[in-house]
Amino acid sequence: MKNKKILNLVSKLLLMFLITGLTLTGFAQDNAPEMADTMRSNGKIYVVVAVCLTLLIGLFLYMIRVERMVRKLEKEK
Amino acid sequence: MRKNWWKILSFVILVYTIIGGFLMEVPRLHILNETIRNLYFHVCMWFSMMILFITSFVYSIKYLNTTKYIHDIYAKNFAAIGTLFGVLGYATGAIWANYTWVTDQSQSLGSILKEPKLIGAAIAILIYGAYFVLRGSFTDMDKRARVSAVYNIFAFAMLFPSIWIIPRMVGSLHPGAPGSDSGNPALNFKDVDSNLRIVFYPAIIGWTLLGVWIASLKIRIALIRDKELL
Repeated sequence: MKNKKILNLVSKLLLMFLITGLTLTGFAQDNAPEMADTMRSNGKIYVVVAVCLTLLIGLFLYMIRVERMVRKLEKEK
Repeated sequence: MRKNWWKILSFVILVYTIIGGFLMEVPRLHILNETIRNLYFHVCMWFSMMILFITSFVYSIKYLNTTKYIHDIYAKNFAAIGTLFGVLGYATGAIWANYTWVTDQSQSLGSILKEPKLIGAAIAILIYGAYFVLRGSFTDMDKRARVSAVYNIFAFAMLFPSIWIIPRMVGSLHPGAPGSDSGNPALNFKDVDSNLRIVFYPAIIGWTLLGVWIASLKIRIALIRDKELL
């Protein structure tokens, strides 16, 4: 029963992806402006997002570190 | 923790900016293509810069009103982070222009960069650069605070012709020039797609809060260092 539900969901998702893919290739055929659709369809865009998020998290961790150092200095005085 | 909610907010908004900025639907435009996403990063730098400069300006006026040294520290550090954001905005703009403005008609980046908007922005940043040179040239603290507060007001006033007025009077490739029918490059509701706006407006707040955070750290360090002077 449960398996069937999951299977149903998976097939629905697959169909959705297929349709999205078809519409995207449809876009590429006419004279529409060129976008990074390949990157989106093969999921490489997530690599870019992951890299940028890592940078952002690193930056904020460093900010927190400096913040803690300043707070410690403020308490000492 | 109570007072730090805006730092967390800044982080959350910037994570949203990156995820939404890269993955959400954007209008399909010729020439710009996927680079329209730079709106969430490049344009936000200028917005943050302007907000930080306004803050610096207000503290300079406050200093002249009260001659309290603490206002001078605030004005200086907000101007410093504003200038940093300005330089980042200029650098990111140069990269963006290199890939969208340079066409195949024997143009180079050098010829493209002779733009009224870019020259105006460069002048504005250089005027703020002179603010720090001026500060560094004083040995007397009161004199430094007073003269640089006056200069900061002048530098802020110079922002208006150099980045707001002149670029709108002469032709330019940059959005916001006459003829491109977009009076304001970022806040024109007819020009900015609603898909862009749902990431763009939060992104301005996120980057600005990050700038304020960096400035506040610098200010707190300065306050510790100059404790006996306050």
